[in-house]
Amino acid sequence: MSVEQEELRVGSRAWLTSDQPVSRSHARCVQFYLAWRRLAQNWLAMVGLGIVLALILMAIFAPLLAPYSPFEQSLETRLLPPFSPGHWLGTDEFGRDLWSRILYGARITLMIVALVAVTAPVFGLIIGTAAGYFGGLVDTVLMRLTDIFLAFPRLILALALVAALGPGIENAILAIALTAWPPYARVARAETITVRNSDYISAIKLQGARPPRIIFGHVMPMCMSSVIIRVTLDMAGIILTAAGLGFLGLGAQPPMPEWGLMISSGRKFLFDQWWVATVPGLAIFIVSLGFNLLGDGLRDVLDPRSAPK
Amino acid sequence: MSDADGLGRRGFGRRAVAAGSGIRRARLSRLLIGTTRTLISLAITFLGLLLITFIIGRVVPIDPVLAIVGERASQAQIEEVREQLGLNEPLMTQFAYYIWDVLHGDFGKSLMTAKPVIDDIGRFFPATLELATLATLVGVFLGVPGGVIAAVNQGRWPDQVIRVVGLFGYSMPVFWLGLMGLLIFYGELGWVGGPGRLDATYELMYEYDVPTVTGAVLIDSALAGAWDIFRNALSHVILPSLVLGYFSMAYISRMTRSFMLEQLGQEYITTARVKGAPEWRVVWVHALGNVLIPLITVIALSYASLLEGSVLTETVFAWPGLGLYITNALFSADMNAVLGGTVVVGLVFISLNLLSDLLYRVVDPRAR
Repeated sequence: MSVEQEELRVGSRAWLTSDQPVSRSHARCVQFYLAWRRLAQNWLAMVGLGIVLALILMAIFAPLLAPYSPFEQSLETRLLPPFSPGHWLGTDEFGRDLWSRILYGARITLMIVALVAVTAPVFGLIIGTAAGYFGGLVDTVLMRLTDIFLAFPRLILALALVAALGPGIENAILAIALTAWPPYARVARAETITVRNSDYISAIKLQGARPPRIIFGHVMPMCMSSVIIRVTLDMAGIILTAAGLGFLGLGAQPPMPEWGLMISSGRKFLFDQWWVATVPGLAIFIVSLGFNLLGDGLRDVLDPRSAPK
Repeated sequence: MSDADGLGRRGFGRRAVAAGSGIRRARLSRLLIGTTRTLISLAITFLGLLLITFIIGRVVPIDPVLAIVGERASQAQIEEVREQLGLNEPLMTQFAYYIWDVLHGDFGKSLMTAKPVIDDIGRFFPATLELATLATLVGVFLGVPGGVIAAVNQGRWPDQVIRVVGLFGYSMPVFWLGLMGLLIFYGELGWVGGPGRLDATYELMYEYDVPTVTGAVLIDSALAGAWDIFRNALSHVILPSLVLGYFSMAYISRMTRSFMLEQLGQEYITTARVKGAPEWRVVWVHALGNVLIPLITVIALSYASLLEGSVLTETVFAWPGLGLYITNALFSADMNAVLGGTVVVGLVFISLNLLSDLLYRVVDPRAR
């Protein structure tokens, strides 16, 4: 970059794109801004981000946006088709407004996703970094454990767990979290092995740092970007599994406005009142598509291996 | 190892053997070591799988004794059944018994059908296999060419279209897509058969007229020459296998694309082009030929994941397979059936992984 151009850039943008960061946080901001600029060029990822943001806003403002209570039954307005006055998405078999139920269902979906996303990756990170850092017997035992969980089809294991714990949304979340961590452990271990022998780790070791500090402070941050990509790409899978459990009647229980459960109750009227099952399915589809698009875009930005050459 | 020597000596002169058998022996022993290692890890994985199902079986709030003797049994009866089931033994002993039973194919009796679980699985599993196999065929025949076309047109519109179609597959709930398919193609258009494997009338004919050979309706009816049953079965299987196949297509096309991109950047492709090979030959013969090897693993994995996807699909289509069996058992609190089904699905999952691993080793000379 030439000197003249350098002088032209002023204000916050110059600070954000500086190639001579003055502090650690400055460097981090620059890195973040540049990644964001690359992400923003990918319009599909932006669509995904928009969908995810819309989901979050819907969940937060559900009480303000919903015209009715999600539980309010009214026998006169049973099974109204979409675009009926007052119910633009129609109503279900109890006369409950589908739009209001979708809005409140966004809260449940977001809660499931958030709870799984804060538990499974953390657990996977701890297992994976420990296995990668210590190596030897620890590695063998932990990775064997991971392989056993990977050997199980996820939904089947979740089914068996829910069967043992009893149906319900909490147990469904627990079952999904218990089946979701192994891939993170794999990813974290692979990253750990690549940094384990680098000079900066040796430097910290010479300064007398103990393994927990090295792992938590210096190895885990290096695994973060891979894990974040995986989490975003996994979100859709988590939503679909939760919806599947709800559909089978093993997740959320009636009258909760959980989308999978709503499809399952709409199934009885599929051929006569198609919208009762169709509308919540569309909601699941759009939200998982959003997470998938965003995850794809993030991978292109954060993962140097898949960057276009 | 003596076997290796025997192989080496046959048909060769003595001097040639001296050099050849050394290499061959080394190669064979490496293959043997690799296979043994895989088999040991397989055994450990299977043991872990049994440990998990065992633990799940123990934490269930359902009392297995009460389920057998009923609410009004006397204390003595309860004690007797407890003793019979081995519930008074220490946990480690119980686990050992459990492994022993499973190895002998004994998963206990199903409460739902009052038959041994293993017999039930034998009856329900062929339907699942039939569905998963057809779906994998759909996935391979659409996904592999799709991935190749996407890779050749990287960044242009065919690539984008295939990518979006694939992303839709990753984002759609399989049970919902099944319901929508039923709504449109069965309810509205009437192009396909509805839920179940056959229409009710054909169901009876199948039961009485067609001898059960494989348990798969399509194969059995074709073998018996009952073409009207075959046609009816085909009209029923087409929708669920397309729905499931769509998901495996999404996965296979994405993986094919990335493998193809890797191969198309290699130097031998440039060489082939320089030597004047036509472009279709370079893409579909040179590059795809090398992609097929890693694709074996992908296809095996997608086949295994279809067994999983079939739980939801079978529920939607009332398909009498293992998935439907497990879910029905869940609601009857029939833990023997649930855990037996889980072990079998897990076992198939593990075996498919093993099989793809072995095939890989046989097909790819670099992995030997």
